[in-house]
Amino acid sequence: MSRTLPNRREFLCTVGGCAAAAAAAGCSDLTHTSWFRSRFREMPEAEKKTIIAELEKEHSARFQQPVTVGVEPPMENVEFGYALDISRCIGCRRCVHACVDENNQSREPQLQWIRVLEMDKEKGIDFAHADAYYDAESVPREGHFYLPVACQQCENPACVKSCPVGATWKEKDGIVVIDYDWCIGCRCCMSACPYGARHFNYAEPSIPTEKLNPKTHYLGNRPRMKGVVEKCTWCIQRTRKGRYPACVEVCPVGARKFGNLLDPESEVRYVLEHKRVFVLKSELNTRPKFFYFYGL
Amino acid sequence: MATLRHFWQFVTGSLRIVTTGNRFYWAWILGLMTLVVIGAITYVDQLRTGLITTNMRDQVSWAFYIGNFTFLVGVAAAAILLVIPAYVYHWKPIKEVVILGELLAIAAIVMCGLFVTVDVGRPDRLWHLIPGLGNLNVPSSLLAWDVVVLNGYLVLNFVIVTYLLFSLYRGRQPAKGVFLPLVLFSIPAAIAIHTVTAFLYNGLPARPFWNASILAPRFIASALCSGPAVLLILMQLLRRFTKFHIDDRAIWKVAELMAYAMFINLFLLGAEVFKDVYSNTEHMVHMRYMFFGIGEHTAIVPYMWLAVFCSFGAFILFLIPKTRRHPVTLNVGCVLIWIGVYLEKGMGLVIPGMTPDTLGEIYEYFPSSSELWIAAGIFAIGFLAFTLMVKVATPIMLGEFHLAGVEPINPHPEEHGAVHAH
Ligand code: SF4
Ligand code: SF4
Repeated sequence: MSRTLPNRREFLCTVGGCAAAAAAAGCSDLTHTSWFRSRFREMPEAEKKTIIAELEKEHSARFQQPVTVGVEPPMENVEFGYALDISRCIGCRRCVHACVDENNQSREPQLQWIRVLEMDKEKGIDFAHADAYYDAESVPREGHFYLPVACQQCENPACVKSCPVGATWKEKDGIVVIDYDWCIGCRCCMSACPYGARHFNYAEPSIPTEKLNPKTHYLGNRPRMKGVVEKCTWCIQRTRKGRYPACVEVCPVGARKFGNLLDPESEVRYVLEHKRVFVLKSELNTRPKFFYFYGL
Repeated sequence: MATLRHFWQFVTGSLRIVTTGNRFYWAWILGLMTLVVIGAITYVDQLRTGLITTNMRDQVSWAFYIGNFTFLVGVAAAAILLVIPAYVYHWKPIKEVVILGELLAIAAIVMCGLFVTVDVGRPDRLWHLIPGLGNLNVPSSLLAWDVVVLNGYLVLNFVIVTYLLFSLYRGRQPAKGVFLPLVLFSIPAAIAIHTVTAFLYNGLPARPFWNASILAPRFIASALCSGPAVLLILMQLLRRFTKFHIDDRAIWKVAELMAYAMFINLFLLGAEVFKDVYSNTEHMVHMRYMFFGIGEHTAIVPYMWLAVFCSFGAFILFLIPKTRRHPVTLNVGCVLIWIGVYLEKGMGLVIPGMTPDTLGEIYEYFPSSSELWIAAGIFAIGFLAFTLMVKVATPIMLGEFHLAGVEPINPHPEEHGAVHAH
């Protein structure tokens, strides 16, 4: 496949002239090169290099600070897993905001990858009676518990299956990623995802210059454009370098555990082996690698 | 070479035909063009600002555009209700009008393509769907399949129509060996576009309202109601305003077939309502949202009941032979069923499927004015294309527009004679 790529780019350069002009009328952020970019998954190394250089230059200029765009591949013998203790979570939404800051989510319009649901203890896990808009000042409220939901990094991801152009796929370390330069914005994946994990850029995303996190990853938190889908990547820009996701670090009650499922010594493995664990909507056979457990 | 020259004459002749017409014709064309322009301006604005100009949000991420797309796939498939009696059962009176069904299919598919285009966030990247150049994700993505079958169906109908008209234009009988297989192939193709479009929804276990195996059969049943309704009205118009001979029996036969389709459609709807209401699981919430609303969220409820009443009314009118044959009640029935299916597919399928969303949140969606104008523009393009095609096809079928110096032929001479020996 990759051998045909240079031809493809050349071909598009010749025929694409008029189409690009037409598209430019509507897409102001469109640079000549982003339109011809190949799918990251099969991008030749040489193209990768030039594109990263272009991107870094573009973002650094736009945000007036040095911005890096990483392409770190999955680590050997690592498959990530996540566990969240719902008996500890107090619903303070600090993870939500840490995630927004870390992952450069649009502030206006507001876009958040994590949704924290307030549920009645009496009803148990019941989405029909969940409230995502509770007031976080007064948490935890009597008789309620909290269930944060973001991408579950399914082993069997419905979103990947539905994408007509293969713009989203599961990486070796289990993280489901999106190529923002390949996504056509059809939103099939949003219809397919059972967890409301995917979010669409209905308008040009905006991030105040001083709020940008300049350490980014191509498949993660680099600034997005309008008309494409995004979602949680377990902070791919951090975790592929051995760090914890931002939400894990910020959680004031330590409800969030993250680690390598293949490592018997890891904290997630401990949780899986010793706690009462469940996944959301297990009947759909999506096989999430995001586990919920009762730690107390 | 001669063929090319003839084709050129065919094209220029056609241009002459579409640029001549009476006042009504021009008023109709200009009216449509106005809508196209308004739609285009609105679309440019949507391109600039993004889909935020629609009322779609993360909770309801497919809505009016995709609903219209779904409805129009149904209209496109309707041609088979003419093809089957004409070519499978050799029912002569319908053979002459099959071409209308095919022209309608072309116009409908063009509209389908436009609705998908205005719905995607990055239309500039649609080339990613082209195999080889982009990366068409078959076999796993149903939308990828839909792209394949819809384009295939478009090409198929385009070839059939062009071949038929061009042959008649040159005073030749279309070769059976070419024409018939193509026409017959359009039957499974029509079923395929429908089934695949239904599967696009059906294959999403995340959405219990769509994840019901009755979906594809229901799509086909409702398509066989709404599409032919347009054709029936058109057939009567042509009969009145041109010398086009359309047998009453053709109209009645189509109406009769529609009555069966309507019955099946209502029956399947009933089966679905029963399953949801009687089992009363938490999945009934979507059906409840559709027909009764949830709390203060009742925006689409009146439309859904209107759809049910229209479909029922039309069914009664088409069921009784007397009202089915009376020109007034027949046309009332056509309009009713069109409205019924349009509301049911356009809004009643997509919106309740997404409300409440997968995490139980209710976001009440109703199309924004920008969505409505863009949709109106797309429909105007479709009607425009259809009008122009019919304008050219009619004189060819009547033998009035043909290559200079050839003897025009009647495409189906036997009908006008009394008996045909077979
Ligand atoms: S949670 Fe949704 S977006 Fe994440 S992998 Fe599963 S299906 Fe895909
Ligand atoms: S919105 Fe993007 S990622 Fe999602 S299915 Fe469409 S092209 Fe794929």
